[in-house]
Amino acid sequence: MSVTPAATSHASQPSGAAFIFKKALISAVVALVLFSLMIGVRTEAGNQGGLIYWTRFGDLAAMVGVVFGGSIIVELLRQWWGPVGTIRVVPPQVQATMAFAGRWLATALLVFTFLVPVIFYDQRYILDLGILVLTYVMLGWGLNVVVGLAGLLDLGYVAFYAVGAYSYALLATYFDLSFWVCLPLAGILAAFWGVLLGFPVLRLRGDYLAIVTLAFGEIIRLVIINWQSLTGGPNGVSGIPRPTLFGIPLDNSDNGLAAKLGIEFSPTHRIVFLFYLILAMALLTNWVTIRLRRLPIGRAWEALREDEVACRALGINTTTTKLTAFATGAMFGGLAGAFFATRQGFISPESFTFQESALVLAIVVLGGMGSQLGVALAALAMIGGFELFRGFDQYRMLVFGMAMVFLMIWRPRGLIGHRAPTVFLERSQAISSDLVKEGHG
Amino acid sequence: MSDNHILTVDHLMMRFGGIVAVNDLSFAAERGKITALIGPNGAGKTTVFNCITGFYRPSGGAIRLTHDDGRTIQLERLNDFRIAKRAKVARTFQNIRLFPGMTALENLMVAQHNALMRASGLTFLGLIGVPSWRSAERAAIDLARAWLTRVGLLDRADDAAGNLPYGDQRRLEIARAMCTEPALLCLDEPAAGLNARESGALNELLLSIRADQGTSILLIEHDMSVVMEISDHVVVMDYGVKIAEGTPQAVRDDPKVIAAYLGADEEEAIAVMESAT
Amino acid sequence: MDYFAQQLINGLVLGSIYGLIAIGYTMVYGIVGMINFAHGDIFMIGGFIALITFLILVSLGLTAIPVILLIVLLVSMAITALYGWTIERIAYRPLRHSFRLAPMLSAIGMSFVLTNFSQVSQGARVKPVPPIITGGYTLHEGASGFAVQLSNIQIVVVITTVVLLAMFTWIVSRTRLGRDMRACEQDQTMASLLGVDVDRTISMTFVIGAALAAVAGMMYLLYYGLVDFFMGFVAGIKAFTAAVLGGIGSLPGAMLGGLSIGLIETMWSAYFSVEYKDVAAFSILIVVLIFMPTGLLGRPTVEKV
Repeated sequence: MSVTPAATSHASQPSGAAFIFKKALISAVVALVLFSLMIGVRTEAGNQGGLIYWTRFGDLAAMVGVVFGGSIIVELLRQWWGPVGTIRVVPPQVQATMAFAGRWLATALLVFTFLVPVIFYDQRYILDLGILVLTYVMLGWGLNVVVGLAGLLDLGYVAFYAVGAYSYALLATYFDLSFWVCLPLAGILAAFWGVLLGFPVLRLRGDYLAIVTLAFGEIIRLVIINWQSLTGGPNGVSGIPRPTLFGIPLDNSDNGLAAKLGIEFSPTHRIVFLFYLILAMALLTNWVTIRLRRLPIGRAWEALREDEVACRALGINTTTTKLTAFATGAMFGGLAGAFFATRQGFISPESFTFQESALVLAIVVLGGMGSQLGVALAALAMIGGFELFRGFDQYRMLVFGMAMVFLMIWRPRGLIGHRAPTVFLERSQAISSDLVKEGHG
Repeated sequence: MSDNHILTVDHLMMRFGGIVAVNDLSFAAERGKITALIGPNGAGKTTVFNCITGFYRPSGGAIRLTHDDGRTIQLERLNDFRIAKRAKVARTFQNIRLFPGMTALENLMVAQHNALMRASGLTFLGLIGVPSWRSAERAAIDLARAWLTRVGLLDRADDAAGNLPYGDQRRLEIARAMCTEPALLCLDEPAAGLNARESGALNELLLSIRADQGTSILLIEHDMSVVMEISDHVVVMDYGVKIAEGTPQAVRDDPKVIAAYLGADEEEAIAVMESAT
Repeated sequence: MDYFAQQLINGLVLGSIYGLIAIGYTMVYGIVGMINFAHGDIFMIGGFIALITFLILVSLGLTAIPVILLIVLLVSMAITALYGWTIERIAYRPLRHSFRLAPMLSAIGMSFVLTNFSQVSQGARVKPVPPIITGGYTLHEGASGFAVQLSNIQIVVVITTVVLLAMFTWIVSRTRLGRDMRACEQDQTMASLLGVDVDRTISMTFVIGAALAAVAGMMYLLYYGLVDFFMGFVAGIKAFTAAVLGGIGSLPGAMLGGLSIGLIETMWSAYFSVEYKDVAAFSILIVVLIFMPTGLLGRPTVEKV
């Protein structure tokens, strides 16, 4: 952790070596105090139930040294880059070029994604990672409807993911319904819960809505944990049926797909099937969202984000408009949840914590609110980056948190910082994100 | 009640806590005419507007809107978006409220939301792209194009509304309100911040709306040249009550009106009265 | 009746702790307009620092409990306050004039950093401490044999809370710093034009909020006799719930909200079910917000059109 103040006055910034040294020294002293007890002393519950502690001054010294060095590097970098403010203003030409490149990038990315199971057929790890990334892409696109388009801050999105997952898991295990019947049901149930929550709370504004959605997410999780007779409580639901290819199971049995096609069975078939399934679901989400943006409802969502009062003056029913956004987002979350349940075969409340909501929200905000491509890229970066730290399990969330802070400071408006109009007369030109509002709710 | 009144405000009261912002105000706006509501700062004009357009619920009194077909709607019973949707009352805002991150064209498309929602079969028909929806969308774009042409913004159709100069934003806001095809158009200080040339263009626009669309207009204005030049009827308010009413000429010569403006601020009053001549 | 009185005491003590944390949320929200998601973790850090300081002092041979407690209190307030200051400096200040969601995400990130920092540096296991303040009074012994107890630790928690609140109220209402804070809350631009050092005032807000959270952390440690790296999340959400319930931005509201949440939680556990106590607290938050959208003591926001 560097303790360098990141925004100093731009006007007269001293730049001498003495200045840098002084700043680094201050950072190091602050770090010394901060870490003195937390790193310098390690506590642990002893054998007799009491607490013991030992000192780690070596680690402390190392951390302080890292902060000192890091601080010098950060300061040098900053002077090399110039003040923070100038980086953020991207010239319009660059923006336009990026938009143009974005169109090609999207196509290339899509083609590549289609080919992933072909290229990496033997690498189960990459296929699994691909499925994971695509799940988050779908969740990101779903939440994007709520946060990015309608400008409603939802901190409990994971609740709908959980509703979808448990709907499928319970319907399939209790009533023996097939995946293809349960999938739409899971979506509908999640949307229903979205409306149920949305109806009373959507007249709340801003951070009140945020905290209520967060509370709702926690309520759902706590109910799942405690309603043991239905949900199995902390033990979760296991033995969730795997999806079938419209009735044909993808297993080693005689009426399995492999047997019917007369090819040798391989467990990879199922992974590949799951990969294309989530890809199709994600693309459906994307298609519907793009479509909705060009329909009156989608425009009303964006108008709501821009100015709710003006919407009301134009005769738009803001409550139902918000509800539809909430329900649509919840539905996609529920569909993704059903997929999650069938892919894992086992679900438990642990998968639906606030961290998941935060992760999906981070993907949406980092992607650049409202941008479909940005969300996909952000999901890839976040989940991929997360995977890089799989070996260092306990440092994973630490690094993830730092990355979130850093990314927000670096690009507060996300990777793709412009909005594409939904309709045009002569030419479609991207709108700079500086003009786009982010809603009050 | 005369058949010619589109809007009748009857003993309107609006209290905020202990403050009476509008006290027993009655006036009527004639169909197809331009009615101006004037008065010194803080007279309660915008509050009246907010009552008429449903942003405030009046503490007392009645606001009646009579449509061409004789249908009468009690506005004080509707709230919020329903006034714009059912009663066909459109408004603009004192400090412009466009959708800054959307293009001028998109702003006008949002204004046609309710009509387009019906045409898109509450989204479902639109989602699968049925032909009737496509033609409705084309019609909506044509209407928007027509209004952009009328306010002289056709070449800025694809620019973000937030990027337009101030005067253009004012006109775009009026065009947006007109895209809801209102029976009554309420304008809250449409000429504020405009220069003389823009203000002249605004006058022409409002007169042409009255002439071509037959839309009745109710406007709050400080710029006396606008008021005197285009309004058919003027209502003067001060401290929440009506102090005078009549033709622009009659109001201008009314000693009570002069006193109100003088009382508010001597220099302002003189400037206002001089600019009116 | 005795049972109820006992729950009332327990609820008020728990509520005091929530209230102390809630003040930090509400202060930051009032001045900077952001939810400081890391504040729950500041509370957790405060608890850890109190624990470590306590251990060191005991192993140095100090035995006078009041002296130990005073030193622990001061050290944990000081170091935790520095955490608050540093976090504002690193994660929030660069985003002060940015979009609304960016500082919130940054705060969530910071919360993850703090949680996992203490997990990595202090281990994931729960850290128990032996009861430091023992003893208490039996207020009333019922016929059924149920005794209403008021323990010394409960008295300490409540007295500390009251004293700190008095100090804090004095700071906000009487000192220059408090005046600057209130000015920044109204209008930062105007305040800075009138010579208020906005940066410094905001820093001080975080410092004070963190110091109060550290006190809450220490009280938690004393009261429950344990800390762990994850306790900041739940306590943080509940304290924020308390702040919103009381009307965010309002300081008496934060305390009132804290006490309400503490009472709701305790009463629900006592009379209904322990498992659903958090569900009850959150549900009541939702219900209150539906009927009083700005909380119990929040100022109603008049929509300017």
